[in-house]
Amino acid sequence: MGSVALSDRQLRIKSIQYRLKILKYIKMANAGHTGGSLSCIDILNVLYNRILRVSPQTFGHPDRDRYIQSKGHSVEALYVVLADRGFFGESELETLCRYMSRLAGHPTRKVPGIEHNTGALGHGLAFAVGVALTGKKDGRAYRVFVLLGDGELDEGSNWEAMMAASHYGLDNLIAIVDRNMLQITGPTEQVCRLEPLADKLAAFGWSVRIADGHDIPALTDVLSAVPFEPGRPSAIIARTTKGKGVSFMEYDPSWHHGVPDNQQYEIAQQQLEQLLREAGGGQ
Amino acid sequence: MGNDLGGGAGKANLEVFAQTLLSMALQNKDVLVVTSDSRGSGHLKGFAARLPDQIVEVGVAEQDLVAIAAGLASTGKIVYAVSPACFLTARALEQIKNDVCYSDWPVRLVGISAGVSYGPLGSTHHSLHDIAALRAINNCMIIVPADNLETEMAVRAAAGLQHPVYIRFGKRPMPHLHRPGTQFEIGKAIWVMRGSDIAFVATGEVVAQAVDAARTLKAQGIESTVVSMHTIRPLDTQALLAAASSCKAMITVEEHSIAGGLGEACAAVLMQSGIHMPFRIMGLPDEETVVGSQLEIFEHYGLSGPRLAQTALELLNGRG
Repeated sequence: MGSVALSDRQLRIKSIQYRLKILKYIKMANAGHTGGSLSCIDILNVLYNRILRVSPQTFGHPDRDRYIQSKGHSVEALYVVLADRGFFGESELETLCRYMSRLAGHPTRKVPGIEHNTGALGHGLAFAVGVALTGKKDGRAYRVFVLLGDGELDEGSNWEAMMAASHYGLDNLIAIVDRNMLQITGPTEQVCRLEPLADKLAAFGWSVRIADGHDIPALTDVLSAVPFEPGRPSAIIARTTKGKGVSFMEYDPSWHHGVPDNQQYEIAQQQLEQLLREAGGGQ
Repeated sequence: MGNDLGGGAGKANLEVFAQTLLSMALQNKDVLVVTSDSRGSGHLKGFAARLPDQIVEVGVAEQDLVAIAAGLASTGKIVYAVSPACFLTARALEQIKNDVCYSDWPVRLVGISAGVSYGPLGSTHHSLHDIAALRAINNCMIIVPADNLETEMAVRAAAGLQHPVYIRFGKRPMPHLHRPGTQFEIGKAIWVMRGSDIAFVATGEVVAQAVDAARTLKAQGIESTVVSMHTIRPLDTQALLAAASSCKAMITVEEHSIAGGLGEACAAVLMQSGIHMPFRIMGLPDEETVVGSQLEIFEHYGLSGPRLAQTALELLNGRG
């Protein structure tokens, strides 16, 4: 839980500041998964500033809440939030993807605050099942939150893990799907249809809710309501926009990974700074 | 064929594994076994009956098996992930690479019925690639015990490791190769016999075949060294070089493809140490493996005691 309770307005401002930083460090590194980081940042914001019972001081504690980012490619969003929460110094973000940096282009345990190495898709949920199983076996109160991409759900291993999670009644496990409707090739429904996703998850024994993945109070409500049903794992389909906050990146799969050129970067900054002023956080 | 080794008949290494695991788990509730519908194949039904809270069943889902095992290990559990070697190391290779090895969670991966233990079932069920695949992945010890003693000691030693390990063995009863009380240390080969003509450097269930060959050769006045190289990574290069320097020729023996296994690992060490000697890698060649029992397949590919003895004679006589 955040040391100081932040208001919805303060979190909205934080989200825009995070977006600015994501773009800044991707631009600096000349590499990064821009669209997906912008789509999941509000989820990470609410998780780390309101929901997760974890801090740099408690990260090694067996009872801490776990966050596992299965869609590892959106690591820039995670790094920005972890730095903001004090897991490591913000200046280290300048080393993103550089030679010998800890901050690789996908999460690793070398970075304080990161629970598990991810990057290949379809791994985080099954790992989280193992973590949640110990929680149940040992009667520990921690929760395990996993962020999945929607394109990632093409990987069959997720569905093996879905089965195991409901079989073992892991109501301490929460999967959040960043449902931005796009993957590298194009719309998820054209690449390999996922819908009806909520029905599929429910059929696998999960308790499912749908939320606006950019709405701070809505995310707070849904993430505070877990487990939705005792004895069942919880799934949140977070409706999001890939590239959220930058007009020319939104809904465009070419920004799955893409670095803005100088002019694009300037426009993106201007747009986000405008949003920041509107949110009451501008200079 | 190759069973009369004088050391007495033992159990299947698989059976010893299951008994050892049960005795460890009875002492420590943090010892867990994870199975993928493989408790029968793994002789773990007794374990499940005695300690139902210490077995995690994931169904026929090897990817899930390995990733869940990694998650359990991350919470401090002492986890043995058990599945037939053929499925464990192929279907779940990416989970082994990323969730276990790259993430460095100390999962004990146990490949049962390895090599051609499932010989009659065809190539889907053979694991002749596993050592090569895992040798090419950073941060995975590889142990291939030869007999009951090595199996028990390997399974016990694995519990204390802080990093990933892969242990593979078969299901046919194995003769005892070592005296009770023989020291076992991961990464340190065991000398089964010492002689100055031919060195057999072998791993796993074909060590017994090498011992059989050595006995045949002794009757013809040829002295053999037999080294059980139970740990393939880290390889005991000191023992390997000592075996090379004590003999005129060397044969490596493994129940695995000749590509990327023990033999190539040994050859690399010898060549880079400037050692040139008559040398032969005995394993499964690059072809679709024939169907048959484990022993029939050993015989077919020259891994049986009599055929290893014949190869040794050819090598020593310069016809190898």
